[in-house]
Amino acid sequence: MLDPVILLPAAINGLTMGAVYALVALGLTLIYGVLHIINFAHGSLLMVGLYGAFFLHRFGVDPYLALLVMVPALFALGYVLQWSVIGRASHGSDQNVLLVTLGASIVIENLALYFFSADTQTIDTPYAIAMVDIGVALVSLPRLIALGASLALAAILWLLIARTDLGRAIRAVAKERQGARLMGIDVDHIFAMSFGIGTACLGAAACLLLPMFYVSPHIGHVFVLVAFTVVVLGGMGSFSGALIGGLLIGVTESLCGLLLGESLGQIGIFLIFIATLLFRPSGLFGSRLS
Amino acid sequence: MTAQRLLDIRGLRAGYDGVAVLHGVDLHVDAGEIVTLLGSNGAGKSTLNNNVSGLFRPYDGAVYFEGEDITGASSTHIVARGLVQVPEGRRIFPNLTVRENLDLGSYRRARQHRASNLERVTAIFPRLGERMTQIAGTLSGGEQQMLAIGRGLMAEPRLLILDEPSLGLSPLLVEEMFALIRRLHVEGLALLLVEQNVVQSLELAQRGYVLENGRIVLSGQATELCEDPALRRAYLGV
Ligand SMILES: Nc1ncnc2c1ncn2[C@@H]1O[C@H](COP(=O)(O)OP(=O)(O)OP(=O)(O)O)[C@@H](O)[C@H]1O
Ligand SMILES: [Mg+2]
Repeated sequence: MLDPVILLPAAINGLTMGAVYALVALGLTLIYGVLHIINFAHGSLLMVGLYGAFFLHRFGVDPYLALLVMVPALFALGYVLQWSVIGRASHGSDQNVLLVTLGASIVIENLALYFFSADTQTIDTPYAIAMVDIGVALVSLPRLIALGASLALAAILWLLIARTDLGRAIRAVAKERQGARLMGIDVDHIFAMSFGIGTACLGAAACLLLPMFYVSPHIGHVFVLVAFTVVVLGGMGSFSGALIGGLLIGVTESLCGLLLGESLGQIGIFLIFIATLLFRPSGLFGSRLS
Repeated sequence: MTAQRLLDIRGLRAGYDGVAVLHGVDLHVDAGEIVTLLGSNGAGKSTLNNNVSGLFRPYDGAVYFEGEDITGASSTHIVARGLVQVPEGRRIFPNLTVRENLDLGSYRRARQHRASNLERVTAIFPRLGERMTQIAGTLSGGEQQMLAIGRGLMAEPRLLILDEPSLGLSPLLVEEMFALIRRLHVEGLALLLVEQNVVQSLELAQRGYVLENGRIVLSGQATELCEDPALRRAYLGV
């Protein structure tokens, strides 16, 4: 059972899923790191992204092409949500923000239930079952694309945060708001940009997931638990932590699934979650947004 | 000859949560001037600066900058116009490098001149030039103060407000700080200087104001203020 011939493909499959987890977690950790908000609406916004890509597919738009629509659309949604709802309702109080994001997620999910029903749905694409031989294993094409695209997007996000004025301002606002305002940085705008970028990650994740996953109004829960685990494991607010944590969790889930049976795959994730909280509560990577 | 009026504060009332700290302050700074604002702890000096900079909205009164009414304007607009404050406590970005802090000094203003201003600032502060990739939070207190001022200069201010720039510096660095302020002034910069070092700032400034309990109780030419018996009693203990 521990033959590398079986383990290696499982690990690679886990890596592909882990890359998507990382993308979702990067969004979450960005929002947390800058706004100090635990965004409970993160899963619901991923669900919105999935339905968006799902309906675009109905109109004949390929999910990967839909990236070009869904990333800007979810960015705009996140920006507006922070600017007009969360920022306004929070008044700088943490409990308020918690309740507002929780409330937003309940509203979004129930709207989805009302309009789309609770049924799970999937799409058919010509490449859904295509397999690629990468030498050591056969990997399904959508998974391979998810891995490559997620890593590429993470790299772009890193460049944005590390190398642009917007990214510098985002990191500045995370730590020193008054100093930022005195340099003429519009803090509310930067908050909304951070929330928007964090949500845009979900738009990308949704398009990458759709060819290999299903859609339902509750799908956000599946990912948000994993994303929270990744963020805790990687260290709240840490960029590299979210990336490596995501990959790690993906591999763990896949290997646990292999060893314990598909339905128990997620047990490994929660064992990691608990172990992290017990032994390294600040996560594997302490540094924030750097 | 009438000098150009840069900053004109008229009857400013401001405070926190409805409780006034400033009870009608009049103060102005002309082009090319160093004006010093003196006053004991809690007099309201920083409150004045922060209301002028747009961090808070004044209750009453008006603030004009180069003739434009900026009362209650956003800090983004005020910085864009060239009124820049180096705040008390520095408020640098501790998680960013020295270089990134300086870059953000030109976030809103003078972005096109970033490279040349970076050269200018590192010429003024060679120690910052040597530490461009250091995380700002790990700088010494004196270096952090230099960074705060350097960051402010990156915006090519028309008027620079310095709130207690010598706070927490060793006597030697305080001397350096005053030499720097003189140098900036000689290069043509107008400054509003909030200071605890009464004698040194009055030596440097052309005019001064004394703020007590939210009111200007004394103002005039720096040389005259230096001789004022009430001021000498209150601040110099003589
Ligand atoms: N953010 C704030 N919220 C409420 N009250 C404040 C705030 N900032 C300052 N104050 C109060 O306003 C008054 C004036 O404070 P301010 O900081 O303007 O004094 P200052 O003249 O700058 O003093 P110092 O020389 O100690 O810096 C003080 O009584 C202070 O407690
Ligand atoms: Mg003060």
